[in-house]
Amino acid sequence: MIRIEPRNANSAIFSYGVPILSAFIALILASIPLWFAGAPVLISYVEMAKGVFGSKFAFSEMLTRATPLMFTGLAAALAFRAKLWNIGAEGQLYLGAMATAAIGTGLIEAPAFILIPLIITFGCAAGSVGMVVPALLKTRYGADEVVTTLLLNFIIIIFLQYMLEGPLKDPMGLGWPQSSPILDQGMLPPLMERMRVHSGLVIAIVCALIAQFMLARSVWGFKLRAVGENVFAARHAGIKVNRTIIGAALISGALAGMAGVSEVAGLKGYLTSDLSPGFGYAGIIVAMLAGLSPIGVVISALFIASVFVGADSMSRAMGVSSYLADLVVSTSLLCVLIGGFFGRFKLVRTSLKGQN
Amino acid sequence: MVEIFQILLSESFWAASLRIATPLIFGVLGALICEKSGVLNLGIEGIFVAGAMSGWMAVWLGAGLWGGVLVAALAGGFFGLIHAILTVPLGLSQHVSGLGVTLFATSVSYFSYRTALPNVSSPPRIEPFRPLEIPILSDLPFIGAVLSQQTALTWLALFMVGLVWYVMNRTGLGVAIKAVGDNPNSVDAQGLSVYGLRIGAIVAGSALMALGGAFLTMSAFDAFFFGMVNGRGWICIALVIFASWKPGKALLGALLFGAFDALQVRMQTEVGAKVPSQVFLAAPYILSILALVIAARRAEYPRALLTPWFKGQR
Repeated sequence: MIRIEPRNANSAIFSYGVPILSAFIALILASIPLWFAGAPVLISYVEMAKGVFGSKFAFSEMLTRATPLMFTGLAAALAFRAKLWNIGAEGQLYLGAMATAAIGTGLIEAPAFILIPLIITFGCAAGSVGMVVPALLKTRYGADEVVTTLLLNFIIIIFLQYMLEGPLKDPMGLGWPQSSPILDQGMLPPLMERMRVHSGLVIAIVCALIAQFMLARSVWGFKLRAVGENVFAARHAGIKVNRTIIGAALISGALAGMAGVSEVAGLKGYLTSDLSPGFGYAGIIVAMLAGLSPIGVVISALFIASVFVGADSMSRAMGVSSYLADLVVSTSLLCVLIGGFFGRFKLVRTSLKGQN
Repeated sequence: MVEIFQILLSESFWAASLRIATPLIFGVLGALICEKSGVLNLGIEGIFVAGAMSGWMAVWLGAGLWGGVLVAALAGGFFGLIHAILTVPLGLSQHVSGLGVTLFATSVSYFSYRTALPNVSSPPRIEPFRPLEIPILSDLPFIGAVLSQQTALTWLALFMVGLVWYVMNRTGLGVAIKAVGDNPNSVDAQGLSVYGLRIGAIVAGSALMALGGAFLTMSAFDAFFFGMVNGRGWICIALVIFASWKPGKALLGALLFGAFDALQVRMQTEVGAKVPSQVFLAAPYILSILALVIAARRAEYPRALLTPWFKGQR
């Protein structure tokens, strides 16, 4: 007989080792689909590494890709800590992006030190609204936020198509459904010359540091963790559960909205309907790989971005479908889930005599 | 208003409603079985994609239409088994595991499709299921015309409603599945396997979900497209709460949904000039959220839903 027993102490080796090992195993497992696709496996891995570390430009592209993942990863991590299942980061990202396009394309003419904070404020507020609605439906009507946030993603993307064909459409865009360009003084400044990596990355890391501190040291963070760990005990201790949930929703939505701000006002410079290749959903994986720790989100976003950028350049070189990246990333989620189990529990061989 | 009545009285409208409802019937029944056993299966969206892709691919490779249905069900069962292992013996978060299965099943399907067909701009087509004429039923006035436009998969979906109802309400197996979703300790005390019942229910439910996906590529359309599932799985998760986990109500919910969707397509051509088309496109999702909000308060969730159970721990 095999029995499952909880481990007594949460050992540091497990909490850091499991995610790293899972990521590693997922990368090794990628050799199976590579083999199926008929690509030489070892050369493919070399190409993947070259796509990330091969040049200064390649590395900066990886950092560029990691920036939105840090924001959506933080959005998921903070909400999940409160057991608020925000699966709507994709939609909230587009709400932030729409707010950026609405304000930054000429509605307000102001110098950078006024315009950029305005864009960020409205972008985050738009994201917040996208999460507060499902949170209210949860606290008021008991409607499961998983389903409402997922369905809202579809509604928001349809709304985006309407905005790009109507109010936000670029009159000079030759009929393409895209917004006018963001004013130069509304753009987040770049970090390196001739590279696309921009100061959104710095904002993301600062957000992670603040989130880490708030979660570990502030009363707000304590309440949020208490509600997530045991809602009945939290209520018994006098914590206003619904208010804490709405608060977590506000912050989570704002972070996801910030991903949209940073993609439009940091990278692209205008809004299209294919702005995000699923950054919202990938953020969930980033958060889980990080063990829901804000600082961990920064590291796991770098890993996931490396997989995406590396697999992209590998697939171009080797003629393998770029869906390989999604495959590796989703496999790493499944691996980290299984690994997390062995971090918290151990299997004990029990003899029949030993059982009561 | 006159136009609405004309639409509601047309045979093609009801035929379309039943056609749109079919994948949802499969999906809601599958989700119902999983949740009745106490496990939420958010893998549904990815399992739809896997069923759609694998079923179509099998037919394209020459397995025949029913061979394709079988392959789709097996693919669904396989991804369901992954979710079952993660959530039942390992007791991991059903939310995260389900989403993981959705992302995994979707990426496996997309990758396989692209690997098999690297450079096609227009996807190859198969010969899909044809409408099935049933001798006496087809001769009925009005209903006959609606039913004779349906394919064998729609009939299979309707049959499954009856079968799932029968198994859940009239057999010992159904009683055991419901008990394991309400009070697993009592099932364990009876000497039945909690793990076995839950894993079995998830695998069977997932196989049913995959048939919903297979309907899309083998009956509604004749090819596989990226993004063709488009949230249908999530809609099923909302509908199963609306149906309060009852097969009959699940059929009703799916039909209502299908009727509304068919109506909005027809309204679009009537009043399309005055209202932006996006209002109609968003309607199904808004309707699902409304259905969920209305039903959520009085919903009687299976009592052990989302709660993992470990042998030997009370």
